[in-house]
Amino acid sequence: MDVILLQLLNGLDKGGAYALIALGLTIIFGTLGVVNFAHGALFMLGAFCAVSVQALLTISKKVKDESIKFFDAYKEIPYLEAWWGDTGAMIIDYAVPISILIAIPLMLLIGLGMERGLIRYFYKRPHAEQILVTFGLAIVVQELIKAQFGANPIPTPAPEVIAGSANVGLWVGLGESVVYPWWRLIYLAFAGVVIALAFAFLNLTTYGMVVRAGMADRETVGLLGINIQRRFTIVFGMAAVIAGLAGVMYTPILPPDYHMGMDFLVLSFVVVVVGGMGSLGGAVLAGFMLGILQSFASMNEVKSILPGIDQIIIYLIAVVILLVRPRGLLGRKGVMES
Amino acid sequence: MTKINDRGVSRRSILKAGTALGAGAVIAPTFFVRNAWAEEFRNNPGNASSVKFGFNVPQTGAYADEGADELRAYELAVKHINGEGDGGMLNTMQPLSLKGDGVLGKKVEYVTGDTQTKSDAARASAKRMIEKDGVIMFSGGSSSGVAVAVQSLAQEMGVVFMCGLTHSNDTTGKDKRRYGFRHFFNAYMSGAALGPVLKETMGTERRAYHLTADYTWGWTQEESIKNTTEALGWQTVNAVRTPLGAGDFSQYITPVLNSGADVLVLNHYGKDMINSLTQAVQFGLRDKQVNGKDFQIVVPLYSRLMAQGAGANIKGIYGTTNWNWSLQDAGSQAFVKSFGQEYGFPPSQAAHTCYVQALLYADACARAGTFYPPEVIKALEDFEFDGMGNGPTLYRGADHQCFKDVLVVRGNENATSQFDLLEVVKEVPASQVTYDPSIFGGELGPYKV
Repeated sequence: MDVILLQLLNGLDKGGAYALIALGLTIIFGTLGVVNFAHGALFMLGAFCAVSVQALLTISKKVKDESIKFFDAYKEIPYLEAWWGDTGAMIIDYAVPISILIAIPLMLLIGLGMERGLIRYFYKRPHAEQILVTFGLAIVVQELIKAQFGANPIPTPAPEVIAGSANVGLWVGLGESVVYPWWRLIYLAFAGVVIALAFAFLNLTTYGMVVRAGMADRETVGLLGINIQRRFTIVFGMAAVIAGLAGVMYTPILPPDYHMGMDFLVLSFVVVVVGGMGSLGGAVLAGFMLGILQSFASMNEVKSILPGIDQIIIYLIAVVILLVRPRGLLGRKGVMES
Repeated sequence: MTKINDRGVSRRSILKAGTALGAGAVIAPTFFVRNAWAEEFRNNPGNASSVKFGFNVPQTGAYADEGADELRAYELAVKHINGEGDGGMLNTMQPLSLKGDGVLGKKVEYVTGDTQTKSDAARASAKRMIEKDGVIMFSGGSSSGVAVAVQSLAQEMGVVFMCGLTHSNDTTGKDKRRYGFRHFFNAYMSGAALGPVLKETMGTERRAYHLTADYTWGWTQEESIKNTTEALGWQTVNAVRTPLGAGDFSQYITPVLNSGADVLVLNHYGKDMINSLTQAVQFGLRDKQVNGKDFQIVVPLYSRLMAQGAGANIKGIYGTTNWNWSLQDAGSQAFVKSFGQEYGFPPSQAAHTCYVQALLYADACARAGTFYPPEVIKALEDFEFDGMGNGPTLYRGADHQCFKDVLVVRGNENATSQFDLLEVVKEVPASQVTYDPSIFGGELGPYKV
């Protein structure tokens, strides 16, 4: 029972990341009809917002390191610590939460810039060309990040106060043996909140209603005198913010490196396909479902019966879905079926 | 009766002279002329004023930072071989045949390639260096999969490969090659060095759970550490293979929590090690008490670059390393000084092994008096040297593995500088990590290809 609860939490946690990235992907596909292979790069850029904020907060003065005799080496003491002591150290400790505030406007700008500067020229081009250009963009962004930050993962820890684990077992009456990292629980809650906000925005606001109307019939909405294109551009920016926030929050779980976007991109596309291209609910459902399945497939008991199943389970599900129900779990009838 | 012509030359004297000339033509070059095997080997520099080395390192991919440090070391080695800079380890290496004027009077030039930490890309890059750039030797890499793949290419093409960072037993075991040489230590040696320290610090009644990178290096390290710890009396609860570059290891770590294990052995390197260790700490493993003991994590192969990535999570965790910049012997200090002055920070173990390999190859050519690979190989085989940072070292001829002291290290709890991440707990003498070459099988193959 302990193991099942832990794997369920792992699956929900991983599924949260898949769902957040897939949600943005499917919003972009549903509104603009663009297959955005640079979406993983937005996730990675979000993570590097946290890295950059941490780097900014730890701008240091160099002091000669007397412990190294062979050559001139220097120690770095952050100015914040030098000026404000413990308060400065605490601000540095909260680099990840602080970077959320910075990532929202920054990712919005990046998203708008990407859409206005590149993506819009490819609206009417075939999907293959959209994939090529966005994939190329992702590689450029990735290499720029590598040139600036190097190839190694950069530790970006959660604040000390929540660095440990929660006794989840006690909450559900399973004893003290079931612990789960606080930050992962926070990530799960955060994913739920962001998804809820995105749904609320699209379903409960007039703005969202117009966007959904545009997704269903762009021409008619345009004929009503609404500048649907501008709204779609803003929605693209919103998708970039969601991916960026997913990245920022993921940094204490996985020290970010330049390649992390690509690692998530392929899986997120599978999630979108399984959920149904353009279906918001489908992306969220498939994200959590595939995260949980992948987690349970990694259990030793399962792998002893089906060796290597943890590596292929997601793709296996995708193959089955594409054969049995090409439009995906919650996809609109006709999409991907012709 | 021999007929004598008008000039007094008999047929017998002509035959004698011809035989002597013929013999002279065969023998003389080996005595008097360098590059005696002029036409017989690939990329013979002949009378050129320079000779080219190939440095095939990961410039992209997961080990790009390690590759960058390897390149820095190679550039420094070339400088020192050519007589530039302060000479580094050329001041401490014993015996030494290099004169600081290149190799056999030829200046060393180099070309670089990108292995991308992929076997096929590494082979393609090495092939390009050999066929297009005409390298006489190539070196580098940060992965055993790559080392094994390019080593077999070296044998096929008759060009010596001096391995970079490769830790799998297979490199100088079942996949060893006559044209491949490894200065770096291996998984067996890590196990042999780590065993006594684990016994001393953790006792003999432990239950270990292994998470292992699913490729040649991970398998051999798991096997070596299991053999060592089981010989101490430890039980192996489980050994789980994890895909290379898994990123999130949570689904592999959570089963450890309730497995009854009190030690987690992470047979991971590079990015995988950073991620798995970070996540194991996040899951509270280091705060756990199991079987009445403090839960422990062991990382059998450490590097300073990895330690930087894992941050505070490495504190107090045991492992082994080939070399560390804090060593106080004259060779290490000379290298750290040269490297530090050039780049402003100390070298990694990957940089050290690559620097040493470049120097050892150049010195072997100088000793052999030729670039002809079979003679250079013979000069390296069973070569004993000192002053290169690990004490007296033997390049064993039977498997082309170097035997030298191995460092057992622990993540430093009280670092005095940003580079002071690993604390050397013990320098295990070479004699304690030496093994019979036949235990891993394999055939070196012929000298002439």
